[in-house]
Amino acid sequence: MIDRHPWLDALAHAVLIAGILIVAFPVYVAVIASTHGPNDFMSGLVPLLPGSDAIANYSSMLTDGLSSSGAPPLGGMLWNSLVMALSIAFGKIAISILSAYAIVYFRFPFRAVAFWMIFVTLMLPVEVRIVPTFKVVADLGLLDSYAGLTIPLIASATATFLFRQFFLTVPEELMEAARIDGAGPLKFFRDILLPLSRTNIAALFVILFIYGWNQYLWPMMITTTSSHYTIVMGIKRMSDVADALPQWNVVMTTVVLAMLPPVIVVVGMQRLFVKGLIETEK
Amino acid sequence: MSAIEITGVSKVYAGGVRAVSDVNLSIADGEFIVLVGPSGCGKSTLLRMIAGLETITSGTVSIGSRVVNEVDPAARNIAMVFQNYALYPHMSVYDNLAYGLRNRGVPKADIDARVAEAARMLEIEPFLQRKPKQLSGGQRQRVAMGRAIVRKPDAFLFDEPLSNLDAKLRVSMRGEIRQLQRRLGVTSVYVTHDQLEAMTLADRIVVLNGGRIEQVGRPLDVYHNPASTFVASFIGSPAMNLADAEVTNGLVAIGGQVVASGVSGVKDGQVIVGLRAEDIQPAAPGTGVPFAVRYIEELGALRLVHGSVEGRHLTMALSPDLPLADEIKVAVAADRLHFFEDGSGRRMTR
Ligand SMILES: Nc1ncnc2c1ncn2[C@@H]1O[C@H](COP(=O)(O)OP(=O)(O)OP(=O)(O)O)[C@@H](O)[C@H]1O
Ligand SMILES: [Mg+2]
Repeated sequence: MIDRHPWLDALAHAVLIAGILIVAFPVYVAVIASTHGPNDFMSGLVPLLPGSDAIANYSSMLTDGLSSSGAPPLGGMLWNSLVMALSIAFGKIAISILSAYAIVYFRFPFRAVAFWMIFVTLMLPVEVRIVPTFKVVADLGLLDSYAGLTIPLIASATATFLFRQFFLTVPEELMEAARIDGAGPLKFFRDILLPLSRTNIAALFVILFIYGWNQYLWPMMITTTSSHYTIVMGIKRMSDVADALPQWNVVMTTVVLAMLPPVIVVVGMQRLFVKGLIETEK
Repeated sequence: MSAIEITGVSKVYAGGVRAVSDVNLSIADGEFIVLVGPSGCGKSTLLRMIAGLETITSGTVSIGSRVVNEVDPAARNIAMVFQNYALYPHMSVYDNLAYGLRNRGVPKADIDARVAEAARMLEIEPFLQRKPKQLSGGQRQRVAMGRAIVRKPDAFLFDEPLSNLDAKLRVSMRGEIRQLQRRLGVTSVYVTHDQLEAMTLADRIVVLNGGRIEQVGRPLDVYHNPASTFVASFIGSPAMNLADAEVTNGLVAIGGQVVASGVSGVKDGQVIVGLRAEDIQPAAPGTGVPFAVRYIEELGALRLVHGSVEGRHLTMALSPDLPLADEIKVAVAADRLHFFEDGSGRRMTR
């Protein structure tokens, strides 16, 4: 800011506070709702003060689930979501950093073609290719498996691009110095490029973990048994019951539990994440 | 430590750029060679072919009697210092120095000893645990040198290692590099576009022009006997004055004005005459050639006077305490003149 006026500062703060309230209020409502009994919502009014059923709600959801809407205990679903999010995040990072490495550092026939093919997949997210992808996964017998849940989501043009852009900013002399120092291609990758990409990897991990965690359509398509349901699916199933009122208190309990892992990841990796977004180690 | 033999080496880049043409050069064991020339003349390309970072289109490079054309850079046992230092940013100074040794399987105790010795030599001991980011430009430069030294290579290759430093640091680092190279006795090839760096560092200077060797020789030989107008105008500061001239019966005339007489060994005809700024001096009273002063540059110990004789721009270097007028009379010692062929610019033997 060039000028600093007290009233400008106040305005800026007002906008920021309003923004925080808008984001935080629904979260607050969800947390409060998860502490009430099932009948507290009949009135049509959402309670704004904590109730007394928190322990009952959480323990019953974690151990028994909600059989009336076909939801298994949350523990299993949380575990499935975790496996899915972690596999997608690690898988995407591993594949994209290797493809970017190949594209930037190696001269091979049809390099440009390979690059453009990756580029084109940017236009084909899961939602667009969902029917053919489903067919392929079904034919491979991967329905109701972790492999089926994660592999079709792993290829990532975006992450490949981010790494490519980063590698292009690494001075070429670094690679040449490493060559003279006796480091072959894999050693250069492991000893120099990978450590230099540390903050980028961390930032991507956070983004991709949340991407994987929030997947909804794809898991819906390919899981048919409750043992492979993910938590986001579970929320949807519980709130979508036929012939009955949704039990908002336990739905909100599930929502709160579903929010926790991404929050833990963001908070835990916050420092690296911010570093990865704003600076590079060069 | 080894001699380097470059025989008929050319480089044509993909796309057809001919960066180096038919270069022949024998570098003796322990010699300090400086490749100098204007930007784009192929200095870096030649150096990188010695290093193995660039393929050789034709010809051979041998290091210590082994032809290395197809040898991997790491196996050539050379060390290179880059213009931007190319230090590994995430490694400590110690690890930067040790990395190449570890890759070669040198035992840990040996690495420790070698790093300690190089660090002591370069006075970077206090920084061993720091990251490159936490060092000044000069200190990084030392670390880059250290990384070259610990390897105990057969040859050092430098690509404009001082050009990112400020003028003062450049002068002191120049001295240190020279002393270090003398002490270690390692064959060195050093690329620069700064003729002063070339003059002060080199055992022999190699002047490159458009990918070809223009002249090879000891610094003072090159300075006093430039092989062509290109070398004459490139080596020495201020650049040698060059002017079209006519030689008739031992008389040298610039634009019809006779500036020197009694010149022997030069055929009559059109030539390019070269004169160093310090060889033009005020004439004795009543003699000399009129010199119209245009402007003056004060260098402290010297005063550069730019002006013209018969419309040809000339620069002379005078002592600052000589009085100056707008037009002065100057004289040139006949035996100080350089003569170059009119068309080719090659030096004429006298
Ligand atoms: N990778 C490349 N592909 C094609 N042409 C190149 C390549 N590298 C260099 N050249 C060309 O080769 C010629 C010599 O380049 P080189 O880098 O050796 O010059 P230099 O003498 O080191 O110049 P400078 O003093 O600017 O560093 C230049 O004309 C340059 O454009
Ligand atoms: Mg260069």
